[in-house]
Amino acid sequence: MPQTLLDKIWDGHELPGGLLYIDLHIVHEVTSPQAFEGLRLAGRTVRRPDRTLATADHNVPTDGTPLAAQIKDELSRVQVQTLERNCAEFGVPLFSMGSDRQGICHVIGPELGLTQPGMTIVCGDSHTSTHGAFGALAFGIGTSEVEHVLATQCLVQTKPRSMRIHYEGSPGFGVSAKDLILATIGQIGVAGAVGYAVEYSGPAIAALSMEGRMTVCNMTIEGGGRAGMIAPDDVTFDWFERTTRPGGPSGAALADAIAGWRALRSDDGASHDREIVVDAAAISPQVTWGTNPGMVVGVAERVPAPSAFETPAERDAVERALHYMGLEAGTPIQEIRLDRVFIGSCTNSRIGDLRAAASVIKGRRVADHVKAMVVPGSQLVCAQAEAEGLDAVFREAGFDWRSAGCSMCLGMNPDILAPGERCASTSNRNFEGRQGRGGRTHLVSPEMAAAAAIAGRFVDIRDWS
Amino acid sequence: MEPVSIIAGQVSDLDRSDVDTDQIIPKQFLKRIERSGFGEFLFYDWAKEPGWQLAAAPILTAGRNFGCGSSREHAAWALQDYGFAAIVAPSFGDIFYSNATKIGLLPVVLAEAEVRALAGAGSGEIDLEAQEVRFAGRAVPFEIDAEIRHRLLGGLDDIALALRHEEVIAAYERDRERSGPLTTAL
Repeated sequence: MPQTLLDKIWDGHELPGGLLYIDLHIVHEVTSPQAFEGLRLAGRTVRRPDRTLATADHNVPTDGTPLAAQIKDELSRVQVQTLERNCAEFGVPLFSMGSDRQGICHVIGPELGLTQPGMTIVCGDSHTSTHGAFGALAFGIGTSEVEHVLATQCLVQTKPRSMRIHYEGSPGFGVSAKDLILATIGQIGVAGAVGYAVEYSGPAIAALSMEGRMTVCNMTIEGGGRAGMIAPDDVTFDWFERTTRPGGPSGAALADAIAGWRALRSDDGASHDREIVVDAAAISPQVTWGTNPGMVVGVAERVPAPSAFETPAERDAVERALHYMGLEAGTPIQEIRLDRVFIGSCTNSRIGDLRAAASVIKGRRVADHVKAMVVPGSQLVCAQAEAEGLDAVFREAGFDWRSAGCSMCLGMNPDILAPGERCASTSNRNFEGRQGRGGRTHLVSPEMAAAAAIAGRFVDIRDWS
Repeated sequence: MEPVSIIAGQVSDLDRSDVDTDQIIPKQFLKRIERSGFGEFLFYDWAKEPGWQLAAAPILTAGRNFGCGSSREHAAWALQDYGFAAIVAPSFGDIFYSNATKIGLLPVVLAEAEVRALAGAGSGEIDLEAQEVRFAGRAVPFEIDAEIRHRLLGGLDDIALALRHEEVIAAYERDRERSGPLTTAL
């Protein structure tokens, strides 16, 4: 019987007792302290420290603070130091502050080669779906489940239903991976994929770089899907062949691995529980106007009116969102003036994202009223960007060039919006208060964020010259 | 985890859709390294809005896609610590649903009209054994995964149950485990 990619990975990891074996578990400082404490209280150990990797990312100041002990915020300092103590006690490898491999958990897994096709990957973070870009089954878990995986290397898990989102046609000039996924969430809604693992397919997906595929899979959870995945192909294999990655196979072992990875695709005739078709050619650069990622329109459009929505519940939600965002219905998106620009996060902080943003701003200046920052996703991305001179391009344009971390995606570190500040952000969530209490977030691609920083308002990247 | 059987009493209502876990417990409270004490920060920003009222009660009714967004289990901890024992909604975020069941906070999926009717009734009784919600003289059945129900009814420790399969896990690692990656080799 023809199988889906999900079927194949699931079958390879299913154990009796409703358990799913986990190949890689990534741990960070926010969702793990209570899990380690649980192990300690029960006298349990970490079953497979060699399949576990920890990093500090959410609380890390991006001003170059070199060590956890020097974090000024006491609670943040204690949380990172607790991770350091827990990893030392339980033998878990850790790239903490000061390591040249520290970075956002969903950036370092792939760049170190630990994230590989066919694996099961979990982390106490909802954006774990990112790793599915390699043809892995990867999903976010809560702290109780973190403890469960630490203790058993398994999870109690029922198989999700499968959804295929197929992109027909080619996206036009100026339309990035971020626009594909934002438009998709706009189409299916923020609960559109609840209960499903999503497989993305079609020529528009095949044409994406690995960075672009990670951006798409990353935001699967914003459409309600716990896991997003893309079948591995030559672009995936090239990720390992072009660059030696310390956590991945190389040489003959890589050739063997690739031979096996080629089978990781949904068979012809395999049926998904739900099929959705998206017209990639119809997608324009996207900008969110509301307080969830499904509240999104094309950059050439206007802020919608509550009356345009069908149900009273929707109209209420839109009214609340417009009030929070300080926006009038009918305002053209390109007339929205910005205070801040943030380029970073596990959605868009990889080298390809930074190159794309830099190409837009080269030789220009950030608008006087805008504060703009760029935060590489990892120390390795930071070093690569500096080797290419991208840091100079950003600095000369007036951007603040920062060191690696989650930064202003979620405001657990000093990078936050002040109440009322309006930000063009390459991150993944525009929830109320996400980037700082009262802050107003508009989600966009790196190119759109960069151009907005220069213009001081949203501009259509397709008109940028 | 305490066993869950019958949850009865007043209903508090939060009639909003797509309530994300960032609203349930904002990020500044995720820096704590303890599991307890989150209840006082529940809906921290919304609670400052004029007219906000959400009494502690055994049952919370909510709109569709409750608990979407971030995986933070702190959201489930905060709701439980505040006093809720069950959340009734037309649908839930996947990770929140799972997190709630791990700590004995019962998520119940009912059709939207039934959720509104329960909210309107003001009180009710949720019987996990019988898989029904009783209110206003009616009994409305609900679905829940048999394994999750079993664990909730028994207040069972997932990890202890999994460790009973230690031989199966060890056999998998011996016979079927894929080669690499070894994080300890980095």
